[in-house]
Amino acid sequence: MGCGMGKTQLQLKKCDRVSISVPAATAIRAALLIQRWYRQYAARLEMRRRCTWKIFQSIEYAGEQDQIKLYTFFGFLMDHFTPASSERNLISHIFRKNEFCHDTEWERYFCYKSIEVTDSYTGPHLTFPMTFCGVSKLVEAFKHKQQLHAQYVLQLLGETWRLLRIFPNISQISAYHNKQITICGDLHGQLEDLLLIFYKNGLPSSEKPYVFNGDFVDRGKNSLEILLILFGFLLVYPNDVHLNRGNHEDHIVNLRYGFTKEVLGKYRVHGKKILKLLQKIFSWLPLATVIDNKVLIVHGGISDKTDLDAIARVDRHKYGSALTPPKPTKHAVNGSKTQTINNREACGPVEGRRRVCSLTYCSSGPAHRHDLPRRSLHNAHVSSQFNWSLEKELKKRRRMAGFDQSYGELRKSDSDSDPESGETTETDVGEWKQIVDVLWSDPMAQNGCIPNEVRGGGCYWGPDVTEEVLGRHNLQLLIRSHECKQDGYEFCHNRRVLTIFSASNYYEVGSNRGAYIRMGPDLVPHFIQYQASRTCRELTLRQSVGWTERSALRALREQLFVHKSDLISAFQEFDPNNKGMISLRHWASATERVLNLGLPWRLLRPQHVSSTQCGMVDYQQWIRELSITEPKQEISDNSILETMYKNHSNLETIFRIIDTDHSELRFLNFYNKSLITFEEFRQTWKLLSSHLQTEISDKAIADLAQSIDFNKDGVIDINEFMEAFRLVDISAHT
Amino acid sequence: MADSTQSAEAIVSDVHKKIRAAFEAFDYESNHTVDVREIGTIIYSLGCFPTQANLHDLIAEVEEDHTGYIHLDKFLPAMTKVLLDLKFPSIPEDLLLQAFEVLDKEKKGYLEPEELTKYMTQEGEVFTQEEMDEMLTALADPEKNLVYYKDLISQLTIDPDM
Repeated sequence: MGCGMGKTQLQLKKCDRVSISVPAATAIRAALLIQRWYRQYAARLEMRRRCTWKIFQSIEYAGEQDQIKLYTFFGFLMDHFTPASSERNLISHIFRKNEFCHDTEWERYFCYKSIEVTDSYTGPHLTFPMTFCGVSKLVEAFKHKQQLHAQYVLQLLGETWRLLRIFPNISQISAYHNKQITICGDLHGQLEDLLLIFYKNGLPSSEKPYVFNGDFVDRGKNSLEILLILFGFLLVYPNDVHLNRGNHEDHIVNLRYGFTKEVLGKYRVHGKKILKLLQKIFSWLPLATVIDNKVLIVHGGISDKTDLDAIARVDRHKYGSALTPPKPTKHAVNGSKTQTINNREACGPVEGRRRVCSLTYCSSGPAHRHDLPRRSLHNAHVSSQFNWSLEKELKKRRRMAGFDQSYGELRKSDSDSDPESGETTETDVGEWKQIVDVLWSDPMAQNGCIPNEVRGGGCYWGPDVTEEVLGRHNLQLLIRSHECKQDGYEFCHNRRVLTIFSASNYYEVGSNRGAYIRMGPDLVPHFIQYQASRTCRELTLRQSVGWTERSALRALREQLFVHKSDLISAFQEFDPNNKGMISLRHWASATERVLNLGLPWRLLRPQHVSSTQCGMVDYQQWIRELSITEPKQEISDNSILETMYKNHSNLETIFRIIDTDHSELRFLNFYNKSLITFEEFRQTWKLLSSHLQTEISDKAIADLAQSIDFNKDGVIDINEFMEAFRLVDISAHT
Repeated sequence: MADSTQSAEAIVSDVHKKIRAAFEAFDYESNHTVDVREIGTIIYSLGCFPTQANLHDLIAEVEEDHTGYIHLDKFLPAMTKVLLDLKFPSIPEDLLLQAFEVLDKEKKGYLEPEELTKYMTQEGEVFTQEEMDEMLTALADPEKNLVYYKDLISQLTIDPDM
């Protein structure tokens, strides 16, 4: 700790021109004083930074948990509602259980040829098959904030979809032949970070292989651009660019965290089509990458049940969203137990759905067999660790994708129809758990393996589980992402687990650095760190901490406001004589009980509440001061207002589900706005109120609807509705 | 007599709460232990201004036999004594100003990064290169790249009471 570091040559050169003429003893005393003072100051800053971090993180994870709870609730409703119920339609939308589509129909639906690229389009033009020049052009265009035409988007995505279907669940790669592999973590739509990585490290190529470890989308505002760039490089270098699925590569998570909104906003006419194609692409993303049979790379982590053989065997595309476990087929009428596979005859269209995955898409040329990527068979080392033969799997996939058979021949193979194929077996839930664990889990310091209740999915796993799982598979290192780290990376579990996170300034400008890994044949990770924003370099350390802190406190104040009534009740329990004052200790304890965020409230107290003499808190006044701007509308029933505010994320998610369904009608909508009908609004509220176990009367909903502007024939503009409560994303301001 | 005893107890109880709160922020496993490398931050954040030597001594007193961890049971009484005895009092602003002025022999009103670096990394309880870089980032005016110490002292010594 600060015990004399030797002078460097550089320092000597610089300092030589400064001559000291101060008496030595005085100078030493002065220096000591300043050092003491500065270290204290730096430590206090560090303390504030830690608290700020904890705030952001706990709010972030609480949001994820919230969403999972909502979806679990919907799943429960699906199982127990009778068909007569009108809410069933709404929920069916959410789970899209009624969508059956043959592959040819999908191909036709995704066909881009009918979309015209007019002369007024000033963005980049792409030709296919994709080339390095093409992708570079794309990168340049996005750097200059251009937008790719929907026709090219659909074409690029279509090619990606076809390619991904022949990849195995676990990519096997090698760092032999002196190849340095670059590994990147979460990007979350932050294009500046991806561009910074390419600038520092170079673009992907055969000489420069990359692994991108999931969470490319959501939160940032350029999720789609990042995907298009990554997929572009994937098409050009399928052997050298590897994408792992993250928990945000999930169409249901996207509804809440901004990606769906981004796509529909940028592509008003074709947005829904693009989202549907992306939904398929996400389900086809590989789940893991292994380097030289020694280093495992997955997005979230592992559990004590993790079995790479099992993961290698699953039909990964059946799991469209990790949030909805596979359900056994139901009889339509009375929700009784599922039919077994043997009773297939009763089920009509099942046989018809077993189609070959044909490549009968709208392109002119025949499939170019010799261009097909020859993955893994070259790279795979002598004996794969896994029992499931890679070769076998590759053969199976190529057959499924129609490469090994002549056009039009029918084979028994899985079609790419929607997940609920009606043939789920008991192993499905086990498989589903393997996938969720790998996408959602977080490491913990203690031994053991417990459900990850903070996030709502996956588990927390301890160092003993790391040792066991790595040992069982003869691996030496687990690289994962999923959690933001201040320095962009962090080791844990005796350096057997490495977290890599590539989205800098994730919570706020200056909150954290991003990092990526370079790894050579020795499989030793080397780190390169960076911070994207130009403004942040100009801030002093103190300003940067202050900025982040203010942002976190704002977010926290919003949480506090939302729980106003509960807080007051909790405070009143400590104030039986109704004096309006409680002790600091009680304030901290009540606040934690209501918010349940696990924050160090005593430390945060000075930022939130001014105590009177004797360390008491005037809580009534404090609550009053918490109020944000009054909403524009006058709403009589205050409890609804509060409930609405508290659940605005859930509300917005549901609205967006409905909205996504509408977008093909958008060309009819003169104002191009996101609209839902009064009836949908009412249904949403009913659902939400049973989820929250509160009573909301029809009259109250009607009053609410009345107070919102309904001059468009009984439709509500979603964005206006949300804006009424000043519920604007922080991301919209960066 | 009874009154003053009570207030003394209340004071101690309050001090205990402060220490616990600061400790908890670094108690990641919720088992009343913190990594020894974090203890300096905790002690500083409680408003103390120890020297490095002071820190070493305190840590030696409370560390669990070279495990690299410190348990609250040992830390609490030791730290309580430190706070009650006002062992490492804060540095008065004028004294700090004098110290800077000593180093600013030309009385320019500011220090150049090289000047400050020379002293901080060569004299007293020297800074590591990392600490020095951080200090300059924190204190140097971003445009002129000079340390205007007078302004800094008044801005930075005020901090909300924990």
